[in-house]
Amino acid sequence: MSRNLESRSSESQSSVLIDGRVAEDHWRNYCPIDHENLNDRKDGIIFPFEYWLENRSECLAYNGPKGVACKNTDDISQLKPYINELNLICIEFPIATDGRAYSQAHLLRQRHGYTNELRAVGEIEIDQLFLMTRCGINAFVFNEDIDLTQASKYLTPFSVSYQ
Amino acid sequence: MYLYSSNDQQLINERVDQFRDQTRRFLGGQLSAESYRSLRLMNGLYLQRHAPMLRVAIPYGLLSAKQLHKLADISTKYDKNYAHLTTRQNLQYNWLKLEEVPDLLSELAEVQMHGIQTSGSCIRNTTADHLAGVALGEIEDPRPYCEIIRQWSTLHPEFSFLPRKFKIAVTGSTHDRAATQVHDIGIQIVKPNDEIGFRIWVGGGLGRTPVIGKVIREFLPKENLLSYLEAILRIYNQEGRRDNKYKARIKILVNSLGIAKFTELVETEWQNLSADSPVLNKSTIKSMQDQFQLTYESIKDDLQVTSLEKDNFAFRLWFKQNTQEHKVRGYRIVTLSVKAPGEAPGDLTDHQMHGVANLASQFSLGQIRVSHEQNLILAEVKVSDLPSLWKALIQLDLATPNIGTLTDVICCPGLDFCSLANASSLSIADQINDQFDDIDYLHDLGEIKLKISGCMNACGHHHVGHIGILGVDKKGEEWYQITLGGSVESSASLGKIIGPAIAKGKVAKTIKIILNTYVSLRDPDETFLELVRRIGIKPFKEAVYV
Repeated sequence: MSRNLESRSSESQSSVLIDGRVAEDHWRNYCPIDHENLNDRKDGIIFPFEYWLENRSECLAYNGPKGVACKNTDDISQLKPYINELNLICIEFPIATDGRAYSQAHLLRQRHGYTNELRAVGEIEIDQLFLMTRCGINAFVFNEDIDLTQASKYLTPFSVSYQ
Repeated sequence: MYLYSSNDQQLINERVDQFRDQTRRFLGGQLSAESYRSLRLMNGLYLQRHAPMLRVAIPYGLLSAKQLHKLADISTKYDKNYAHLTTRQNLQYNWLKLEEVPDLLSELAEVQMHGIQTSGSCIRNTTADHLAGVALGEIEDPRPYCEIIRQWSTLHPEFSFLPRKFKIAVTGSTHDRAATQVHDIGIQIVKPNDEIGFRIWVGGGLGRTPVIGKVIREFLPKENLLSYLEAILRIYNQEGRRDNKYKARIKILVNSLGIAKFTELVETEWQNLSADSPVLNKSTIKSMQDQFQLTYESIKDDLQVTSLEKDNFAFRLWFKQNTQEHKVRGYRIVTLSVKAPGEAPGDLTDHQMHGVANLASQFSLGQIRVSHEQNLILAEVKVSDLPSLWKALIQLDLATPNIGTLTDVICCPGLDFCSLANASSLSIADQINDQFDDIDYLHDLGEIKLKISGCMNACGHHHVGHIGILGVDKKGEEWYQITLGGSVESSASLGKIIGPAIAKGKVAKTIKIILNTYVSLRDPDETFLELVRRIGIKPFKEAVYV
């Protein structure tokens, strides 16, 4: 593997909670410090939001599954032209009480028609999984090493909702 | 009143279960104090100076007799036999044990009550005019819309982690009793032509930076209420400051962008809202309105109050000061003064709560209201029942004829309870009561709104008191800053500070000087607020700081 691709697989954190199930995380983050040739690769790569926008043709030409990692201040409406090209969008919760990414999730799903994996990363707390799910987030990667099977029990504390 | 559907009930039951689990994990060391903090706050639970405090929502201020009995029972079982009415139509218990709170919430859920979103950086309990549905000249009852907003905002997936707390108030009368202009969003039901809709205010608030709200939309059709709220909340959630909690309220965002730019952002967002955004159709509104309908007796003969309790001066005084005309002939609105001399403003004992609940069943169609002015209201009383009600209220110490007068103060719990406070506020209310115990003098002074806060967070709404008192800490001593000319009614204004803060022992005397100045300078029938607005604060300042 290239040194330019940060590995998430070296530790036990290679798992993701997705659609209520625990799965191995095959995605890799692209590190844009060096321009690296991606011609030979076919695994899922997550590009930083700004890198994607600045190098869109190169990113779009990539042969494998394509993802974008957004900060919660990024204007996600700029992803609209590529919404059908993306297999993964990561949105970030830098602290648990910063709720901006909930709006990003809602907009991606409801306004921009994004239907593939929408992943929450950062300070994710199990008590927030329900609200995140209801905004359309369907995958979670936790900063802390927690029991994901246990966490999955917190996905639906409510069987009813108003909105 | 609105009765829960099975879905409503299920949701609050599940919220109790969720909170019970969160509390268990916290007490078991599996959840950090920091993580538990935001979770418990969103359920109204504070860890206060002496003991945990729980804030219970009384949506738009309406209670059934059964609910009030339950609130009383809870105060007996879990607290020290009393509860406190807040300035936002909530009720607080001050002396709880953390491990018992889940059981308490479970009991509340039995009567369709909860503490959901009574604190935290989320959409808080929606408040309303406490005379909704009974006031003369009301355009429409605001409570059906409050209940619609309550449901929409409850556990809202997108808006539960806002930059800061978010308060909405709704009024259906042109006379604004709901303080809509000092809320994050104020909603006024208006009827400019044939169609009834809403005028929307945004960016009002008290606290450290008091601001009167601005109109963001002169007329909003009814069916767009929720989508418009959604647009405002989305802009705030994304653009509101999160780097400094003292600059995080929507009022700061509105002021920094300017109302024109903020309006543009909201209107653009609103236009972009996808088709699945909530639309309120007529039948939803109608079925909600039906839930608030009451059946009144047809009373033909107009009873003259003079024929009741003939020659009873005390009754007549109470009738004049504490009751108001009702929209239905033969009925009267009765305000119960929770401001008896010597008692903490807004505090109710379990005995009083049970008593009021019984009186509501007997005399007021089983309903009670709470006002943001920290009083109770029995709004559906037949005129012929007034003497019996009055006598019963005297027994409960809830008939002090001081509604709207100087001693009908709004007051936060202050340093005695609150961990934020800099100074005592209850002792100032006491001092005022001691100084002004002559009811004739109070009535001669006429309407005066005195509002006391123990710190700059302004829970006692001092900025909008005709007379405002703010407790400040000066090198460990409690001092009090006085403002004059604030008002929260239709033409809202912020009070002006008259000068340096006053020592604690001199507050009531200073108020006396201010009132003497009023009495000597007023025109016939000129109220205190009118005089301050006419002549400014200078004469008062000169009298106080001689």
